[in-house]
Amino acid sequence: MELFTNQVLAGIATGAIYACMALAVVMIYQAIDHLNFAQGEMAMFSTFISWQLMQWGIPYWAAFIVTLALSFVAGIAIERILFKPLAKAPVLTNVAGFIALFAIINSSAGLIWDFTIKQYPTPFGSAPFLGSQLISTHQAGMIGVTVLLLLGLYFFFQYTRIGLAMRAAASVPESARLVGINTSWMIALGWGMATAIGAIAGMLIAPVVFLEPNMMGGVLIYGFAAAVLGGLTSPFGAVVGGFLVGIFENLAGTYIPGVGNELKLPIALALIISVLVVKPAGLFGRHIVKRV
Amino acid sequence: MSAAEDVVTEAPAVEAVPKRAMTLGTGTSLVVLAALLIAPVFVKNFIIFQMTMLLIYGLAVLALNILTGGSGQFSLGQSAFYAVGAYTTAVLMEHFNINYALTLPIAGVVCFGFGFLFGQPALRLSGVYLALATFALATAMPQLLKLNFLEHWTGGVQGLVVTKPDAPFGLPMSQDMWLYYFTLVVVIAIYIFSVNLLRSRSGRAFMAIRDNEIAASAMGVDVALYKTLAFGVSAAITGIAGSLGAIAVQFVAPDSYTITLAISLFLGMVVGGVGWLPGSIIGAAFIIFVPNMAEGISKGLSGAVFGVLLFLVIYLVPHGARQVAILGQQLAGKLRKN
Repeated sequence: MELFTNQVLAGIATGAIYACMALAVVMIYQAIDHLNFAQGEMAMFSTFISWQLMQWGIPYWAAFIVTLALSFVAGIAIERILFKPLAKAPVLTNVAGFIALFAIINSSAGLIWDFTIKQYPTPFGSAPFLGSQLISTHQAGMIGVTVLLLLGLYFFFQYTRIGLAMRAAASVPESARLVGINTSWMIALGWGMATAIGAIAGMLIAPVVFLEPNMMGGVLIYGFAAAVLGGLTSPFGAVVGGFLVGIFENLAGTYIPGVGNELKLPIALALIISVLVVKPAGLFGRHIVKRV
Repeated sequence: MSAAEDVVTEAPAVEAVPKRAMTLGTGTSLVVLAALLIAPVFVKNFIIFQMTMLLIYGLAVLALNILTGGSGQFSLGQSAFYAVGAYTTAVLMEHFNINYALTLPIAGVVCFGFGFLFGQPALRLSGVYLALATFALATAMPQLLKLNFLEHWTGGVQGLVVTKPDAPFGLPMSQDMWLYYFTLVVVIAIYIFSVNLLRSRSGRAFMAIRDNEIAASAMGVDVALYKTLAFGVSAAITGIAGSLGAIAVQFVAPDSYTITLAISLFLGMVVGGVGWLPGSIIGAAFIIFVPNMAEGISKGLSGAVFGVLLFLVIYLVPHGARQVAILGQQLAGKLRKN
């Protein structure tokens, strides 16, 4: 039983990261109807920036905040410069654009910071949390930061004018424009926030997977799996999906014989495909009806 | 939730390419063929090897072109089919001592089956979802190849070494040159097959699905069958390219077939022009020679160069090499008139 509790808690901790990645993916998907294949690389690059700031002697939390601000601005810049002109282009062109962004970011990170694996500090330490053997302080910290983030986002979208405007722009762009919302900038804002959320995920997971240009590959696939499970049209679903996928991954690794770390990615693949086949709209997504 | 917000008029995922614009004229084809036949006589073995790889990647890009340009479906997972083809050949040659030429059709059949089966769930997916599922497939493939219980056959992380075949009948040719001509024959056969496929009833069905799925099914096209068929054919051709690749490189290992390969092939298709079959070879040249040049300048630069060039292509010449070829033709026409 202790093993079970332990694995569920560990699953919630990694699930928090998947939830952040899934949320970032869903925010951009809602704004522009495309999956951002470069989301993981963007998060990786942000994490490298925070590492660089710490190398220059800036304390952890200051570096954390500065990185969030930089990521936010970078996300807006990427949307304005690269993807706004592609808004009316066919899906294929957009996929090509995301793939190009993926390649550029991955290889620039390698050029600037090298492909060697680096240690990344944790502000929480790795001692057992509150003296129990079930969970480490870093894992508890991951969960704590994510919960704070989610609460913050919830209040932002429910109780601020700009949050309301963003929701309107995503769900009925035409009418939102008519009531005077600048939908184009709402999309850019969504990109900025998604990039910042991804940066948080990257900085929290970096002590676990270590810092290197390919660190987010697996995390992104699990983020996608989470987003698909929760429904690509539902931010709430993405978060729930993230936690579920994290728990599932840990339990499968513990209890199904032959499934270890080496089958991590195939499990995510199987999960994505089975959800898409059984329930393409996901747990909380809405069905899209196509006009003939 | 109002009804209006759930109704989406979906634009086609891929821009329509007219059937006639998919191939080259007879005259141009013969010139290109002659150049491909004569070129190896004048160059060194290493360059012959690179030309072989050019043909092989061209074949893989062609396969993706049939899938995307023909039937309008995406795949970011071509590297997985390429890997299955390569491993089929390597295992058959090294464990069962089967002649390399015979392994190609077997690899084709295995990959057709794999692609057809993967196409089954993919049927229900369109656009970004399909891109997502195939992206996950490509990411997961190296781990699947490293599996413990397959290690006896696949050699695990170490991979397998493949013996390079000699020229048969005592022909006075180097191994590289023989392999080049062997590859050329296979590639030309598959190219002719593909051109005819797209001109056939099935090809028209693919294009009808690409341009408007609902209209196609209303006209009596079995959408499910033709979508999986396109996936199967594309996977089979990619698998044969993988087999040839395994023989040419003489080595297969899980980490040769990562998502990077899938991205390269996708890039080759976009650069060559989606739906323009001859563009495949131009796209292949791009994905082979550009990284070489970039790595010459600085290690790790190739991804950045790839990405920047890809952005330039989608902004400036969204139809890739096809657009450049058409522009060139118009320019030549104007010059002649003056």
